[in-house]
Formats: sequence, structure tokens, C-alpha cells
Amino acid sequence: MAPLLDVRDLTTHFFTQKGAFAAVDKVSFSVNAGETMALVGESGCGKSVTAASILRLVPDPPGRITGGEIIFEGRDLLSLTMREMRKVRGGRIGMIFQEPMTSLNPVFTIGDQITESLREHRSISRADAERRAIELLDLVRIPDARRQIHNYPHRLSGGMRQRAMIAMALACDPALLIADEPTTALDVTTQAQILELLDELKRSLGMAILLITHDLGVVAEYAQSVLVMYAGRGVEAAKVEDLFHSPIHPYTRGLLGALPHPDDDVDSEGRPLPLNEISGMVPALDAMPAGCRFEPRCSYAVPACKMTDVRLAPLAEGVRSAACLRAADIVQDQP
Amino acid sequence: MQKVVKRNILGYKNNESKSQRAPFHSTAGSLWTDGAQERLDPQRFHVPALIKPVLSRLWRSVAIVVAIAALNFIIVHMAPGDVADVMAGESGAASPEYLADLKQRFGLDQPLIVQFFVYMGRMAQFDLGYSFRFGRPVASLIFERLPATLILAIPTLMLAFVMGSVLGVVASRRVGTWRDAAISVGALVFYATPLFWIGLMLIILFGVKLGWLPTGGMQTIGANYTGFAYVLDVGRHMILPVVTLSLFYMAYYARLMRASMLEVFGQDFIATARSKGLSEGRVAYRHVLRNALLPVVTVLGLQVAHLLGGTVLVETVFGWPGLGRLAFDSVLSRDVNLLLGILLMSSILVVSTNIAVEALYRWLDPRIGAA
Ligand SMILES: Nc1ncnc2c1ncn2[C@@H]1O[C@H](COP(=O)(O)OP(=O)(O)OP(=O)(O)O)[C@@H](O)[C@H]1O
Ligand SMILES: [Mg+2]
Repeated sequence: MAPLLDVRDLTTHFFTQKGAFAAVDKVSFSVNAGETMALVGESGCGKSVTAASILRLVPDPPGRITGGEIIFEGRDLLSLTMREMRKVRGGRIGMIFQEPMTSLNPVFTIGDQITESLREHRSISRADAERRAIELLDLVRIPDARRQIHNYPHRLSGGMRQRAMIAMALACDPALLIADEPTTALDVTTQAQILELLDELKRSLGMAILLITHDLGVVAEYAQSVLVMYAGRGVEAAKVEDLFHSPIHPYTRGLLGALPHPDDDVDSEGRPLPLNEISGMVPALDAMPAGCRFEPRCSYAVPACKMTDVRLAPLAEGVRSAACLRAADIVQDQP
Repeated sequence: MQKVVKRNILGYKNNESKSQRAPFHSTAGSLWTDGAQERLDPQRFHVPALIKPVLSRLWRSVAIVVAIAALNFIIVHMAPGDVADVMAGESGAASPEYLADLKQRFGLDQPLIVQFFVYMGRMAQFDLGYSFRFGRPVASLIFERLPATLILAIPTLMLAFVMGSVLGVVASRRVGTWRDAAISVGALVFYATPLFWIGLMLIILFGVKLGWLPTGGMQTIGANYTGFAYVLDVGRHMILPVVTLSLFYMAYYARLMRASMLEVFGQDFIATARSKGLSEGRVAYRHVLRNALLPVVTVLGLQVAHLLGGTVLVETVFGWPGLGRLAFDSVLSRDVNLLLGILLMSSILVVSTNIAVEALYRWLDPRIGAA
């Protein structure tokens, strides 16, 4: 079966005074109906730009999608007219953002902002839209929905606002929900609640989720497949179990090494152990190495890595791929 | 799978990352939330809730007006010379006896502190006294001239606000294009050009060269129009002064509106609005405009006082029989009672418009209000 969303060689450039650079450079991945696919990577690696590109919401200027295809439900979103694209936004694909505090318009009530989406995409009466808004708030477990639709966003806590955002994004039963770091701005307890809610909604509504995060713990718990990004490129794509069981790309291996296990987080005297961090820094956008972008920080690097612009390539097993010249050697080394 | 590990790639805990990664957003958030979490009260527009703050404002405003009146008195009396000096000077033969007589008649021979309490006492009874110059009650002079100033000031403010906002919105939606450039340059030019000069140029162009519009006064002298013809005549006389006065404010609002719109366009909730599939027009006019209006409305309130100052100039240039010119004349002739009366009237006007603007602001912005 064809995937719900198939992103192929997506490239998005920013044109700034310093020159043009690709914030997203030939990134490919796909999301199957009903599954959660995670995009992980450090801050600035292009996750949000990828998400914005799917909905064609990259601010232009300075940004522009310069290549690739985004096949969603059989159509290339990049070839749609603006009018058709607007039907997809909020209709077939919903989106929630990182900052629930600033992502709702302060001068309209929660109810107004939900019904606005409904009335944009469906011919529905005001009363019906309001009824549906209450239903949606119940669905995302906002208590006392009937009263809350008349409330302004500033009266809600961060967690409640993010729930309201989810209700808004789900208003028209989208097939795909893009969640761009939906819990980064929330406290730990609320984070878990929101992620649980998203997971349940995914199951009950049968939608797919593109989950953007930089938390590998979240990936392990909630996603089925994953694309690891580094400096604007995809470096490893795999099923979640495979990635955690046998990471291939040195960057992924570094990340997983850096991920502390709950039991060996502390040494025998109860002091926290130092993290196994990857040494070095992400190269600046205007000073990217010509070959593999991870090469300067990579302990597996060989001279050829400096020259070869290596891209995500399927490995023997077929279901996973990595962008590394030494992938085969690394696979062999594994127990 | 194992328990969720609450630590992200960069090695810091998630709750630390919040403040480190998005300092701008978290301050914006706390600004908007007011530190208040779930206050569950949808009954915001309860009538007492709206009126109560207005009432408390009213008391404060009375205090402000009284303070202004006192200050006016002190400032006016710091200027040298009084009405008796001027009148004696005009009548040519200023014998010391005549001067003393005048001063006594006007109560100017009393010590200043006595004059001050007499004045404040009269103000408390809404008694503005007599104009030395016109020999008539100040109150009746003011109410005779007030309408002329209001029909100048109110259309000016409306025209400037509406046109300025429209131009600002257009410029912000086409930022970087020739349209934006034209509006921005035009706004800068009118913002920087002195009012009286614009007035004189308009008179030369439309009044003298083209002969389309009257160059001064409020009605055609000797025509004795009545009814609709009278309204039309006054309307024609209004055009040049209103345009002159509004150009500056229009330029000001256009610049302010453009900047305000651009700022709101960059906010997160605009991305949300777009992700819902709204058209650019709907995003601009529903989501951006409503938020962008807030600072402009604030400034509108502050500028009423400034506008009254502007009417003095325009009324002088166009020979418009309003309060502004009366104030100007009263300064020249040291007609202290009249001047103080006009100043008091202006301060009441300014303070009451500010109350109205605040009510408007409360209505526009749900974050301020009955907390
Ligand atoms: N409007 C813009 N103008 C110029 N450059 C931009 C713009 N938006 C993003 N970028 C650049 O694109 C790159 C990718 O940014 P992006 O926001 O996608 O990162 P991210 O992976 O989402 O990071 P984070 O975890 O911090 O959200 C960054 O280097 C950023 O500087
Ligand atoms: Mg991001």
C-alpha cells in the first residue's frame, strides 16, 4: 500500500544576506496511515522547516522550497494551487506547534478559534460548529468544555492551551497530524499527559502523526518509525525497534550513547554519571564540509568521508537506510 | 519499551530547555498570561465589570483636571504683564491712575495667592468668570466657539485614523513592493513637514490657483445660507483645514499601523491561522488587524491633546472661528480668565476622550479587564 505521505528529496533554501543555504537538503521519508513517524535531531537541524515545507508555510522571503516532491494522498502538494493547498491545511493535515502560550490568538475565544477552522472547511451552521467545538474539547479532555469555549486563551494553562490547539487541529478529521515539538514548552507531567493523549487519539481516530522531537525517550515510547536528521539532512531511517536495537549511523550511535539509562544514571555513590556526549559542534550553515557533514565529529571517519557527499541509502535488509560510507563495516561489527 | 527518559539530545532536562531555547517566547507568554493560570470565568462582559473601572477612572480624572487647573493658573501668571497693561497700552494714554483703576476692577491688585484661591473656588462652582477683553462670560464664549473646533477635530481624527490605518495595512501586506515604498515615503514626508506650510501650500493650490475651494473662514460671508445649503457651505470650508490637519496624523497612523501589522505577522498564532487553511486576506484582516490595532488605539488617546494644539495653528492659518484661535487671541491680550477657561475645557476634553479610548481598548483586548 502506498504511504499516506511520501516526502522525496525535499529541499528548502533560505536566501539571506550571507547567501543561500539549504536548511533542508534532499530529505526523504514516508509516513504510513495510522502510524507515528518521528523526526529527531538537534536544535537547528531543520525539523521545523521540514514540517513547514509540507504545509508550504515556509516564510517567503527568505525561504523557498527549491526541490523535491511531497506526495500526500496521491497528490504532489508542491504542484497544488494555493486554493487547493488551503483545503489540505487544516482539512486533511492538522498542525500543532511548540509554544502553546503564543500559538493561540489572544483576542479570540477558544471556541471562535475552533469553529473558524470548521467553518472554513465545511458548510456548517454556527450552532452545529459550536456543538462540534464542545465535542472536540471533550475529546481532548478539557474539563467543562461548554464553558471553556467562551474563554480566552490567557485564562488557560500551557497544558490546557496545547489541548485546545490539538482540538483545533483535529476539527476537520485530518488524516495526518504534524506535531512540532508539542511538549517542549511544557512541564514534565504535562508532557507525558499530552503525549498519551496524542497516542490515544491516533488510535481512536486512525490518523497518522508526524512527531517532531529532540527527545529519544519520546521516540522510543510513541513512534513506530523514525528519521534521524543532522544539519539539514536525513542520516538514518529505520523502524524504531531496529534503531534502538542496532543503530548504524555514527551520529545515531552517539545520540544513543548519550542517552542515559534510568538505572545507570547514577554511580555507586548516587552521583549522576557524566553523559556520553558527542564531541565537537554542528558545523555552521555557511561552513558546511563538502563531504559527509558529520565527518568532523565522527570516530569512524576515513579519508574518503571528506570527499563523498553521502546520502541516505538502503541497506541490505531493505527496511532501513543510513547515510554513511562505513555503514556496512559498522553493521558487521555489531554483535 | 523502557520508561520515557526525560532528557533530550542536548543533554539538558526538558524543563530547563524551555527557557534556554526560547527566551523570547517564554517572556511573551508570561506577559500575556499575567501570571494567572486557569481563571475559569467566561462572564467577562458582565456590565458592572465593565463600568466599575470606568467609574474609578472618573474619580481619578476629576483629580487630574483639578491639578491641571491649578497648574494652568501658576503657569499663566508666570508670564509677565496682564490684561490691564495690554488694554492701557492699546488705548494710548496710559496714566497710572487709569491702570490702577483697571487692575482693581479685574481684581488684579490682590496678592497672587488670594487670586489663586478665588480662582479655584470659582472653578469648583463651574464659574469661569468674565472675559476682560470681550466683557462677556467666559463660558458662553467657549460654548459659542466649541462646535467650530469640534467639527474640525472630530472629522480630522476619524479621517486620519481610518485612512492612516488603511494605508498602513496596505503597506504591510505588500511589504517591499513599490506600493509599500510609496506609502512609506509619503508618510515620512507628511510626518516631517510643518503643518502651517502644508496649509499655506494647499491654500495656494486649491484656493488661489485652481479656485476650487474657499481659502478661509467657516462660511461664505454675506451669503446667509440656511438649511442644507448652509451645511454644504460649511462643508466646503472645512475641506482644506481638515485635510491640512489630518495629513500629519494620517502619516503618523500609517507608519504606526504598518509597523504594528508587521510585528503581529511574525507572531506564532499567525502560523496557526495559516495552518488552519485560512486565506491570506482572512489572516490579515481577522487575525493580524485586530491585534495590530491595539497600540494604534492607545496612541489615538494620547494624541487628542496634541490635536487640540494643532487646531490652534490650523484655525489661525484658515481664519477658522474656533477655540484654538480664541486661545491664541487670549494669550496675546493677556485675557487670563478666558485663557484659563479654554485650558480647563481642553483638559476636560482630553481626559474624557482618554476614558472613552480606555473603554474601547478594554473591549478590543480581552486580556485587560475584569480581573
Ligand atoms: N525564517 C528563517 N530565516 C532564515 N533562516 C531560518 C529561518 N527559519 C529557520 N531558519 C534556519 O533553518 C535552520 C533549521 O531551522 P529549524 O527551525 O527547522 O530547526 P529545528 O530542527 O526545528 O530546531 P529546533 O529544535 O530548535 O526547533 C536553522 O539553521 C535556522 O537558522
Ligand atoms: Mg523547531
